[in-house]
Parts: sequence; C-alpha cells; structure tokens
Amino acid sequence: MASLPPTAHVNGLPQALPDDPRRTLLDWLRHDLGLTGTKKGCDHGQCGACTVLVDGRRINSCLSLAALHDGDHIETIEGIGQPEALAPLQRAFVTHDGFQCGYCTPGQICSATALMAELKAGWPSAVSADVAARPNPTREELRERMSGNLCRCGAYSNIIAALEEVIANETTETGAPA
Amino acid sequence: MHLPLSEMYNEPDDRNVLDRMRQGVIGQPLDRPEGALKVSGQATYAAEWRIDGCVEGVLVLAEIAQGQVTAIDRDAALARDGVLAVIADPAMTRRSAQGMAAKAPQQDAAKVEYFGQPVALVVARTFEQARDAAVALRVDYADAAEPVPFDPHAPDVKVEAPSSSKPVEGGDLDQAMRDAAFSVDVEYDTPGHASAAMEPHATIAQWQGDSLILHGSYQMLAYNVKEIADCLGISPDKVRIIAPYVGGGFGSKLGITHEAVAAALAARELGRPVRVVMSRQQVFQTVMRRSETRQRVRLAADAGGRLIGLGHEALVSNLPGEKFAEPVTQATEFLYGGENRLLKVEVARISRLTAGSVRAPGEAVGMQVLEAAMDELAEKIGIDPIELRKRNLPATVPVQGTPYSSRMLTQALEQGAQAFGWSARQDRPCQTRDGDWWVGMGVASAARVNMMVPAQARVTLRADGSALVETDQTDIGTGSYAILGQIAGEMLGLPMARVDVKLGDSALPPGAGSGGSFGAISTGSAVLYACEEIRKRLAKILGCAAEELVLKDGTASHGDAAPRPLRDVLGGEDLTTTGKIKPGKTAKAFSQASYGAFFAEVGVHAFTGEVRVRRMTGVFGFGRVLNAKTARSQCLGGMVWGIGSALTEELAFDTRDGHLVNHDLAEYHVPVHADVPAIEVILLEERDAAASPLQAKGVGELGICGAAGAIANAVYNACGVRVRSFPLTLDKIVPSLPDPFAQTL
Ligand code: FES
Ligand code: FES
Repeated sequence: MASLPPTAHVNGLPQALPDDPRRTLLDWLRHDLGLTGTKKGCDHGQCGACTVLVDGRRINSCLSLAALHDGDHIETIEGIGQPEALAPLQRAFVTHDGFQCGYCTPGQICSATALMAELKAGWPSAVSADVAARPNPTREELRERMSGNLCRCGAYSNIIAALEEVIANETTETGAPA
Repeated sequence: MHLPLSEMYNEPDDRNVLDRMRQGVIGQPLDRPEGALKVSGQATYAAEWRIDGCVEGVLVLAEIAQGQVTAIDRDAALARDGVLAVIADPAMTRRSAQGMAAKAPQQDAAKVEYFGQPVALVVARTFEQARDAAVALRVDYADAAEPVPFDPHAPDVKVEAPSSSKPVEGGDLDQAMRDAAFSVDVEYDTPGHASAAMEPHATIAQWQGDSLILHGSYQMLAYNVKEIADCLGISPDKVRIIAPYVGGGFGSKLGITHEAVAAALAARELGRPVRVVMSRQQVFQTVMRRSETRQRVRLAADAGGRLIGLGHEALVSNLPGEKFAEPVTQATEFLYGGENRLLKVEVARISRLTAGSVRAPGEAVGMQVLEAAMDELAEKIGIDPIELRKRNLPATVPVQGTPYSSRMLTQALEQGAQAFGWSARQDRPCQTRDGDWWVGMGVASAARVNMMVPAQARVTLRADGSALVETDQTDIGTGSYAILGQIAGEMLGLPMARVDVKLGDSALPPGAGSGGSFGAISTGSAVLYACEEIRKRLAKILGCAAEELVLKDGTASHGDAAPRPLRDVLGGEDLTTTGKIKPGKTAKAFSQASYGAFFAEVGVHAFTGEVRVRRMTGVFGFGRVLNAKTARSQCLGGMVWGIGSALTEELAFDTRDGHLVNHDLAEYHVPVHADVPAIEVILLEERDAAASPLQAKGVGELGICGAAGAIANAVYNACGVRVRSFPLTLDKIVPSLPDPFAQTL
C-alpha cells in the first residue's frame, strides 16, 4: 500500500513536510511556508521566540525537526489572528504596548494563548501553592508561566497587563474562572 | 531673534510651537501604528524578505584568539552537497563598525584578533547544507608572534589614555579627601554586557548591476551605507539599505558587522542573492560588547554633607587601536558638585571582541557605581540618601561653569519618594524581615546626556488632505513610527489615521538613526521644521500669517473664516518639503541631560542570599513627552536592563584562551518575566527649549542609567551586605549574610 507523503496541517491547511531530515519545524515554517511570523532568536530553545502550538500545546519549534510532525496540527501566529481581525490577546498587546521591537512578540502571544488553555485545564506550575487545586491566574503565576519567552526590550510588565486583561474578560464573559 | 527654520540649532526655541497647535495628539498615549502588524507576525524583519534565487551563507569563526589564517580547505567544502562557495576575502571585516563611523571598520578577516572572529563564509543552497559545511570547514592558523593579553588586569597589559575623551581635573582632590569630614574611597567592578537584541544580525544582499541592495537589521542607515560602501570600495550612492523593522538594537546594530559585508561579497561572486543570518552564539562572540569596568570613586564631603571633592576613575578595555572607550564618567561630569575633582577613563588593550556602544554607553555602568558610592557616603554622614543628592546639585557644571538647560532631578526624587512610600524605609539594614527574606529599599538618581545629531525628514501634505512622513530613521522598538506621525499630525491638524510614516529605507532623506537616545528629538525636529514650512505655504494660499493659521481635523481656518477642508485649500496640489536640523550653539552653551530617580524594594533570602526585586518606581523628566505610552515603555525597558545589570548579566571570558564562555541566552542571563515585578513609571512634564525645537530630550536609555545602583542600595538596606562587584549574585552575598535566625539586628 502506497503511504501518503508526510503532511502536517498548518493553520488548517495541509502542507507536505520537507525532505531534508535536518530541517527544523521553525525553518520549515519560516523558509518553506513563508510563515515568518514565527521568529528565530536563538535556535537553541533558549528564548521562546519560535513558540508555536502543536496540537494545542506550546513548543519551541527550533528544537523540533519538521519531519517528526506527520499528521500534527500546528498553529502559528498567522493562524491566531490577522491585522484586520486580531485575536483579543493580540489586541491587548497593542493597547498595553506589550512589545517594542516586536521580535519576541509572536512567541509571547503563542505562549500566552497556550498558557490560558493550560490554566483552564488546571495545570499547576512551579509557583502554585497547591498543585491539586485550580490555579489562580495571579501575576506571579503568569510571570512564572511566561518565563520561557524572553523580551530584551523589557516589555514584561505590559505583557502581563495584556494577559491579565484578556483573562479577566474571558472570566466575565463565560462566568467561569479562567 | 530666533529664526525658526535655521538648520543649525543655535538658539533655544521657546516658542513651544507644538503647544499652540489644536489637534491634541502630541504626547498622547497612542498605540503604535505598526502594532497590528507586529502582533500578527506581518512585520517583515531582515531575514524574512522573500527574494527569488536567494541562497544561504553561514559564517565560520576562528578557533584561536590571535594569529593568521594560513590555509582554508575549500575543496573539501565545495565537494559537499549543495555548497556553492567558500568566501574568504580581504574585504571581510574582522571588527564591527562603531556607531556613526561612516567608514569601514578593520578589514581582512584572515588576521585573527580575538577568539571567535569570523574568518570565512560558506554559501550553499540550503541553510542546513551551509551550516554543516561551515562546521566541517578546515582552517589552519599560525599563532601570533606577539599576542595581546586576554585579561584587562594582566600585569603586562598596555593601558592607554583614550583619544575619545579627556580627563576632567579641578582643584586638589587629594587635599579635599584629607580635609573631608566624611569620605568614601571605593573600588567597584562591573562586568562586560551584551546587547542581546532578540533578532540576530541578518542581511540579504542582492546586486543589480553595480548597485547593491541590502535587507538588513541596522540602526543608522545613512552611516551604514557609507560603511558598507567603504568596505566594498564602491560609491555610497550604489548602496541601498532597507530596514523597516528592526528586532532590537541596543547599540549592537549602530555600525555594520560581519554578516553584511560577507553577504555582499558572496552575492557578487555568485551573481545571486545571498542571505547571512548570524547564529546567537556568533552574535555574542563577534558583534560588540560593553567593556567591563573597574571604577574607583572618591567622595569627599564637608560636615554639612556637601561634596568638596569627587573622583571617578575607570579602567575599561578594547582591542588595540580601537577609539571607543566606555565613557564611564560622562554623567559624573555634571551630576553632583565638588570643585576638587578628577574624572578619568583609561583603556586596557586586550584580545576580546570589539567593545562599543551597548545601551547607554557610559552612564549604564558609570551611574550605577556612582549611585552606589553615594549611598555609602549618605550612610557615613548619617543622612537620608535623597537629602544627600538634593544637597549636592550644583548651580552650574563644576569646573566648566556651563549652565543647565533644565533639570528635574529634585522633583523626580521627591515625587518618587512620595509614590514609592520611601518614608517607610528603615535607616539601618536588617530591620525588616518577611519570612525568610530580608527586605530593603534603595534609591538612585538617573541621568543621561542629551544629544542632537543631524537629521532630515520629508513631509508631504497630499492633495487629498493626508500626510506622508519619510525618512531613513529606523524604529528599533523605540516608537519612531508613532512619534514622528504624532508630530506631523499635531502640526498639520490631522487625525492619526490620515498620517502615514515611511521609515527604514536609505533612499529616503537621512534621519538621525536610532542611537544615543537622539533619534526622536533629532528626526522629530526635522519633521517639525518641514511641517512649519508647509504651514507657511498653506498660510500663503489662504492669505494669512502662519501664526494665524488653525489646522484641525483636516481643515484650515484663520481669524473668523469658516474652516475649509485641506483638500479644497490644496486645489489638487501636493505640498512637499524636507526639514533639516543640525546641532548648533545650544549643544555647547548648555549642559543638557535627561534626569530621573529610581526606587527599588528587594528581598534578600536570609539563607541563600538570592535577591528578588519586589517592586520598582522610576520617575523621569526628559522634556516634552511625545507619546506617553511609548516613552513609558522605553523607561520600563531600561529598568529591566537595570535589573539585569544589578543581578544577572555578565560576559564571562576565559582569561587562559580568550574565549567567551557564556555565548548564548542560556548562560548569559537577561531578565525573564519572573525577574521583573510590577514597575511604576512616572513621567514629569517639562519643556527644554535648549534641547530641541520640540522642547523634548532623549528617553531611550535613561531608564537604565542608575537603576542597578538603586537595587544594590536596596540589597544593602535589606541585609547589610555591600557588594562592590556587579552583578550581585548570591555567591557574593552569602559569605557576609547576618545570622539568618535573627529576625532583625
Ligand atoms: S529560537 Fe527557539 S527558543 Fe529561541
Ligand atoms: S519586543 Fe523586542 S524583544 Fe520583546
């Protein structure tokens, strides 16, 4: 039986994975697919600029070979929202000035998107007082959970403010704690 | 009488033109106009341009520190899959260009001057092919006959007086130290720092005939064009640089560096576009470092706590022959009194990558040490450190006698003390305990020189009543897009949606570039002048004086005349003009600086010595605020750098072979989210007409200048340990910690 060529779904579209087994997920997205919203800051898993969502979970795409993603669903910053239709988190980054140069920003936003899902799913962090309890989105929790995303421009407190606003709005909209 | 449009800024412009406009956008905390592109990944950075036929280059770094390349095994590399060329050309750079050099830095990469210097470029069809071939490339070397030391404190190191600065000497400091009722004489060390902008340096080079187009990541395009042209031996008008978005610079992209010239040479040889992106490790090892410093501070005060003497001497380092020497004492010259003084910088010639500008060269490390020493003096005298600072603000610059243009230091200290709750601070250390943590507070002044540099900008009031601002000014995160648009919008009476700003293309009129906190005031002044000229022409069309003209919401009016849409007034014509400004007599006639105050509260772990910043307040006065949102962000960012400088950042060189040990972001520790608490920023409104016709001063670097001093002072106030070697890592604190079981001492 002929097997299908290895394919991943990127922002909902099927894309053939690259032939070169050395190609990272990051370079495949940026170079082959032209999805340059995902940034390369270190290529070594040290900065978070390359964060994307793979099946809903955040990973450093520079640390993952593209060929390993056969059948995966990948979401990048381009899938989260476009300039004319920004996601609430993207809008909040703009109003709170959660960036300066903008280079770490897609990674911060992808990371924060996954973070909100992790909070909803009740995942604890290193600073959660009770790992069995539902985590509270305190500033300390948010900072801990965002610490894999470096920002040399130092927009950290504005990023946390943006995140707090979106989490608060979600809570009021759904009536449920985030 | 003041001539508003004179190119040289010779007289303070206190007309406060912007305050007389009606649009009401100047200073407002408006969102960045390019924000939506940045948050959605649609802003295109250097490496991201899609250019047909582009191939990939990877730099090869020297694995020795000093010597000569004797052979490169090109054949083995060229035999590898996909490899197209191995470039090792005498035109390749071995040092980076200093900011505003406008000429080639040291070339000939075959002569190795420091560990990790680039020696070759491998080009292949794909990045992976080039990277693997670069790693495998065999390079042979001959060691240098007379090596330069690696350690600035080595006994055989050559120490020179830098050509870039002169010592300041006045009176008799030694005598003042002997006469002083209170004095400190202390030595502090600060380590080297890396800019570590999040976007690694990258260039795509493309030749069209004998013209070169570079998509790159640079801060100062007009200067960079000349640097590239000089390296390649071509005319600057054959070079165009495009850089609309730059992923941070902090000094590291002021001058060109290795990837730019290598990409241009490779593209010329191969006859096709070549992209070279530096790896993070290459950026750390080859681009630019802030020098480490050893600083001796002497403070002599009389019985009333007034400085009678002040000494600040620093040893910094750089490669042999390099002009730049970290100007450590730059703010010490004007900040505090003490007529008996000696301020001096010396430079040790060593083998490490080029030392140059990293955010706030001089003040970043000079202020944190001076402010820590002032804390030591306040303690000796037994007065509040804020009071000590307020008592020592001179009427004119000591020794020189130059008047100050404006100085909001006292207001910043007072307002900051109020906002921060300084009155709760304990005079003595080890008085406040929160669980396992000693808690303390510290204060420091902020100061950073203000500079204007030549700048031009073209403004077009288009026939449809919208405006276009064009300059090669870059926006490296600083907010250029926002503030240049706001100046034009205010002057021409247009809502921001009707103002377009085009930046970062060397084909446009040369702005100031982004560096030294001078981009906004210099290029912004050029925009202001262009708009004034357009207002004059509009007034002429309407038959009124320029002063009578009222522009608001896209309409023009004067006197009792009904407002007319600009579109009608313009009658199908564009009005376009280029504004120009250059520094003039005001630069020398006044001591110009931005000022502020930092307040920090830290916790020091009583058992481990770990330091956590719990909160910070910064208060800043830098003339007119052009955009309260982006200015605040600049201050925030600077204070985050202050946290890094105080607690975590340090370039570690191995003094046996000269290699940089921590050449990546896992080992060179920039602050992360968890290191940065809530930071309060208070902006003081001020007008400084000597600084610019905007009455604005620089803000981009102010937030770092002294911040680490406030943190160090808070550490002392918390636990009584005075560390005179930055960063304040726990290993330096633990040995001197008091009994952890004592709740207060
Ligand atoms: S680029 Fe992947 S973590 Fe830095
Ligand atoms: S916005 Fe520049 S690194 Fe985060």
